[in-house]
Amino acid sequence: MASKTVLSRREFVKDTGGLLIGFSLADAAVLPQVLAAAEGPEKLSTNRLDAWLRIDRDGNVHVFTGKSEIGMGVETGFAQIVAEELDVPVSRIIFVMGDTSTTPDQGGVGGSTSIAMGSKPLRNVGATARAVLLRLAAKNLGASPEELQVREGIVSVKADPARKVSYAELAASGDLDDALKVSGEGFALNVEGLGKPKDPSTYTVVGQPVPRVDIAPKIMGKWQYITDVRVPGMLHGRAIRPAGVGAKLMNVDDSAAKKIPGYVQTVTKGNFVGVVADNEWAAIRAAKAVRVNWTAPQPLFPEQKDLYQHMRSAAPKATKETVKKGDAAGALASAAKKVQASYETPYQSHATMGPGCAVADIHTDGVSTIWSGGQKPHALQKGFAELLRVPLDKVRVIWVEDAGSYGRPGFEDTAADAVLLSQAVGKPVRVQWSRADMTAWGSKGPAVVYDLAAAIDERGEIAAVEFTSRAFSGGEVHFQPSDAGNYLGAQLSGVPNTGGVDEFAQWGVQAPPYVFPNIHAVSHVIAGFYDAGSPLRTTHLRDPEGPQTSFAVESFIDELAATTGADPIDFRMRHLDNARAKAVLTAAAEKAAWERRPSPKSNKGSGDVVTGRGVGLSTRGGTYVGTIAEVEVNRRTGAVRVTRFVCAHDCGMIINPEALRGTIAANLIQSMSRGMKEEVTFDRSKVTSVDWTTYPIARAQDIPAQVDIVLINHPELPPNGAGEPSSRATAAAIANAIFDATGTRVRQTPLTPARVKAALSGSQQA
Amino acid sequence: MSRTLLKVNGQSHTIDIEPNCPLLYALRDNLALNNPRFGCGLGQCGACTVLIDNRAVRSCTLPVSAAAGKEIVTLEGLATDGNPHAVQKAFIEAQAFQCGYCLNGWVLTAKALLDKNPHPSDEEMRTAFEPLICRCGSHVRILAAVRRAADEMKRSA
Repeated sequence: MASKTVLSRREFVKDTGGLLIGFSLADAAVLPQVLAAAEGPEKLSTNRLDAWLRIDRDGNVHVFTGKSEIGMGVETGFAQIVAEELDVPVSRIIFVMGDTSTTPDQGGVGGSTSIAMGSKPLRNVGATARAVLLRLAAKNLGASPEELQVREGIVSVKADPARKVSYAELAASGDLDDALKVSGEGFALNVEGLGKPKDPSTYTVVGQPVPRVDIAPKIMGKWQYITDVRVPGMLHGRAIRPAGVGAKLMNVDDSAAKKIPGYVQTVTKGNFVGVVADNEWAAIRAAKAVRVNWTAPQPLFPEQKDLYQHMRSAAPKATKETVKKGDAAGALASAAKKVQASYETPYQSHATMGPGCAVADIHTDGVSTIWSGGQKPHALQKGFAELLRVPLDKVRVIWVEDAGSYGRPGFEDTAADAVLLSQAVGKPVRVQWSRADMTAWGSKGPAVVYDLAAAIDERGEIAAVEFTSRAFSGGEVHFQPSDAGNYLGAQLSGVPNTGGVDEFAQWGVQAPPYVFPNIHAVSHVIAGFYDAGSPLRTTHLRDPEGPQTSFAVESFIDELAATTGADPIDFRMRHLDNARAKAVLTAAAEKAAWERRPSPKSNKGSGDVVTGRGVGLSTRGGTYVGTIAEVEVNRRTGAVRVTRFVCAHDCGMIINPEALRGTIAANLIQSMSRGMKEEVTFDRSKVTSVDWTTYPIARAQDIPAQVDIVLINHPELPPNGAGEPSSRATAAAIANAIFDATGTRVRQTPLTPARVKAALSGSQQA
Repeated sequence: MSRTLLKVNGQSHTIDIEPNCPLLYALRDNLALNNPRFGCGLGQCGACTVLIDNRAVRSCTLPVSAAAGKEIVTLEGLATDGNPHAVQKAFIEAQAFQCGYCLNGWVLTAKALLDKNPHPSDEEMRTAFEPLICRCGSHVRILAAVRRAADEMKRSA
């Protein structure tokens, strides 16, 4: 395993290999990302090749990207792409990721775009580096570039392979700072240079099941996460949150905390309260020992049982008509038969495995450094510069891998807590949130309610569909954490959140664009309950609004199939015009040995436990997923068990089939968990989901015995995103399988035993 | 503060620490053993798992005084001379994780389970792993890895 030590530009030029000042290299606990910070910022020019790629004297290829690894294997995919273009072994590629001083701003990670968009400049950089190295080699070997070949980083003359020179020797002898043409910004940032990428039909590394570069060292205990960052003189902090929304800080009594050995200071700023100690255990004890007096919390949230009623009755703050095709209202008014159904999905928590962790070393008169596991380090840099009221170049954010983030879980808020505490005590402060901080106070995926209606004509054809959604915005807190008001701690300290956006749950966007003669689709956004630091503030959670909208639409499509007596897959095929969408349904059906018949199953049997199967389709930004769930339902208890998933997946060109299978399998389980178990609970002023008991998720007993994944590869197409699409249709597939087994439709997630049992006893027979 | 002897991965360390401080912070902050990780502090998830006398234990809730003098093994100590333990080998071959933050719980619980019961049924495996959380949802490959480890240990026994 290659070391991840970051070499500065200075070292590449001097080739000295000496690192540092102020740290002991013998200390294995010091991370390369900490060493890098001591080197100070570099001036980054994204229009030069060596801002993206450098080769050291050992022949290791260091690639600099603003993207980061969030647990789905993208680092390995990137390494394959660069290794392919350069003709070096994958093991020679060393990534430097997400450092605002040394890596280009590629918009961070988001929207399943890292491979689809973020790999483009890396591919071009690899191709250009190869071309530049060949140019140098031609001079060195006295041959033309066309007469040369490259194997594993060694350039040789085709006709006389003994005449050879290594990339390492070439890089040491010549400049790799070729000019690049820059286009786009953020996710779309691209660079092009001298080299033209290879023809995909010649690939030998891309498309291969290369083991993920991070998994073996993780399992061997040799991986370093953000939790392991230690800087000299570092203190430990914890935030203390308000007793509920609307509660104002009155006073703080830290007399008991002062008796705890290691206690340093209590920090207050508006309604932001935190403690700092010289070790983590003391910080945790101090956070409990400090007596904070708050004014009474305000009952600003509805009773949880009234949430969906509130969403239906509240005046929308924003409305968007996304489809108006033909005259749906007219068709519904004159319909021979009308089908109507409403669906409801709850608030959900990212509830990351590791509560957020960050270290901030704030200097009012110098450069401040923040280490964070958030997905968007360059946006954090902007937000923290604004929060600290300093120029951008006085803030450096260095990404270090945290637990899987699934969007914007609160890792950014953790870093803001560290910033506020370090600023107050004048020393570096590490913060790791408590479980309750993460589950209850981390930002949330939004609750959504849907009303759908369809007109069926006298021939039994679907004449029209009406779709209405009412959602909390998926962007009450902007997914790009690039302004001071974005962070929980800042909001509590009195900085208003002005960066939020209205984000809608939309027909045809987060669910497949089925074709009907008349369609009317309208999406509303409902205002949040409290905007000065709410534990119900919403933002991106894996596949924003996707699982929610898919649950409604894919359930409703199933209801239409059942009403018209059609097989659920046949019905979908008839109303799709996209060949790849149809192909994933066909592939999933074939693998599952899908029995063509309408749902529900006619012969249900007489025992408590009945079985069924259901399907869901997901189309997301050029990726297509067909998911089939097979379930057992206990009609007495309402307990549902998924016994098998079959998932057919087409994301264009596959970079690494084994890593892709791992990501899909995990997405299926996580989305099953979200669909069957997860619901944030709250009372009138606070979130009451605070741990794994009050926010239960899937565990070992819930895992299906069989998961079959069918990959459809399109090497002739560009690679597309796979981080989220297979999360989308799972809940609907399970609900459709429950209907198939029981004849009962459950229209609210999560599909808990209580909810299924209630639906069964309501005998909503089809 | 009291002087406490910790025997971790075959080495003895004497540290000054509050007796009721959870073992997790002694391992991480006093001994810089980073693999046991903070997940919940409540014993609900397993991210902080270590082996004590070959039983999988939650170090986030166990006072350091209760672990004094006992044989503690962390993920760092599972390999022999840099060679992966059979359980680690099986997890690597199965490419079992996504982010991997949870893996101390799964790998060390699997080791303790297979030492006690080399041929667990699927139901026994699921029961043993029920106290663990993997938020990414990597369970399918994790369970396959444990089955692979059991088969491999059977072959080489």
